[in-house]
Amino acid sequence: MSGRARPPGEPRRIGYLYVLPALVVYALFLLWPLVHGAYLSLFHWDGLTLGTWAGLGNYTQAFSDPSLRGSFWHAFVLLFFYAVLPCCIAFVLVSVMSRSRPRGMTFFRTVLFLPQVVAMVAVAVAWQWIYSDHGPVNGTLRFVGLGGLTRGWLGDFGWALPSVGLIGTWVEIGLAMVLFLAGVQKIPVELYEAARIDGAGAVREFFAVTLPGLRRELAVALTLTTVAALRNFDLIYLTTNGGPGDATKVPAYEVYDRAFNTGEVGLACAIGITIAIVVFILTAGITRVVEGRS
Amino acid sequence: MTSRNERLATYGVLSLFTVVAVFPLLAVAAQALGLPHLSFGAFTEAWRQGHFARYLTNSLIVVTVVVVVASALSILAGYALGTMEFRGSTALFYLFLLGLMVPTEAIVIPLYFDLRSAGLDNTLPGLMLPQIAQSVSFGVFWMRAYFRSAPRSLIEAARIDGASSWTTLRRVLVPVGRPAILTMVLLIAMWTWNEFLLALVIVNSDEGRRTAPLGLSIFQGQHQTEYQLLMAGALIVATPVVIVYVFLQRHFIAGMLSGAVKE
Repeated sequence: MSGRARPPGEPRRIGYLYVLPALVVYALFLLWPLVHGAYLSLFHWDGLTLGTWAGLGNYTQAFSDPSLRGSFWHAFVLLFFYAVLPCCIAFVLVSVMSRSRPRGMTFFRTVLFLPQVVAMVAVAVAWQWIYSDHGPVNGTLRFVGLGGLTRGWLGDFGWALPSVGLIGTWVEIGLAMVLFLAGVQKIPVELYEAARIDGAGAVREFFAVTLPGLRRELAVALTLTTVAALRNFDLIYLTTNGGPGDATKVPAYEVYDRAFNTGEVGLACAIGITIAIVVFILTAGITRVVEGRS
Repeated sequence: MTSRNERLATYGVLSLFTVVAVFPLLAVAAQALGLPHLSFGAFTEAWRQGHFARYLTNSLIVVTVVVVVASALSILAGYALGTMEFRGSTALFYLFLLGLMVPTEAIVIPLYFDLRSAGLDNTLPGLMLPQIAQSVSFGVFWMRAYFRSAPRSLIEAARIDGASSWTTLRRVLVPVGRPAILTMVLLIAMWTWNEFLLALVIVNSDEGRRTAPLGLSIFQGQHQTEYQLLMAGALIVATPVVIVYVFLQRHFIAGMLSGAVKE
């Protein structure tokens, strides 16, 4: 006998057999495309003729080409609307109500989370109407006497990006609220009572009790919403198609556009790999910063 | 204790955001059904013109196959990674975990060329296999967590009774793990039903193989501003998931929020 003592009959090598089927499919249809994509990103290739070696040329182009640089900037702006704004709003709101334990939470949670499960295509259709010439946004503006501000929001060069961003805010805010609501219920009421006895005001209480108590939830919320902001091909393609002009082009959209519309497959793959790396870094980074571990 | 005012403020905030969350969705339903004069005219017209019967059938086929295969593979792999000790099991787990972080955008282009050279472009299997791979990534993560949390004594008792690892899984752990398995099944079904980018790239040129979300986007292109028709289409595509969600919301929320949970 060698090695550590094991309980009798503890299965070992048969484990490989159990893992194998999943591993095969996963390797063929996820890992291999990832590796293949990294390889293709090193070539200039139009998808039809023979490709030529590009080295890291596609990556430098992704950051030097003005329109591609613009798309990364747009993604950065959308990060504010998808992640920062929903998390801030939800955080403040939840901390306002942290001291009460409202009834009917199941109902509120179910409804707040609803935008997360609706197909993005349906979300896009609904919001196209909301932003349309005779939709509720313009209707409200006319009603309050600001008819001069009405416009086709998704077709406006200056307003298209924030308009799309607010759809993202709408989708993600419920996720953040549900997370924080669950977290805040776990903070012992005694902590709030103790803070009050010490004479802490609402602000002190926020920084002394709520914020530390919700660190973990904040990390999870920021991670999920940030990733959603970078993987937003569906919403862009379905609402604005990157337009007007390049106004709402984002890297996730460029991947598709460059590969299938302009025939720059290598460049498209380089952008795709870049998104994956950014997602990876941000996910790891947010967790470290918010949870304060190194 | 909390004062009356605080409680009122809490309900005020919750109600406001509840309205914000449902307004666009209720607007879709109201217009699709021609409220307040309930009429199914737009609905039937969208159904017919948008070929939704065909698209929903395709979606149903894809979802069923992806859910069944991905769940089975995930349970098997999660079982081994969660309860057995063998060389490389931790590395294998992290390999599967990596898939949770790979955005579809990063693999969809090479995938398209791979599937095309394998003759799988514009086929339903070509659309199913990558989604099984993505689902397995989550499924292994999810099922491993369940198998690790399952009471050790349960597994050992089965073993002492002479049960093989397979019997232990089938007769003990799977029946006990129904809630965890249900959560996984629901999430995989939802993600697969709602998937758009893969469908757009893999089955776009074959009208007969389009899924419901893809069909709706084509329909949207044909009826730009006929909002009532579009809303009816949106309702058709979104409703199946929403109905299941309303009844089993606990599973959806728990599963989706676990995505960022680490070891």
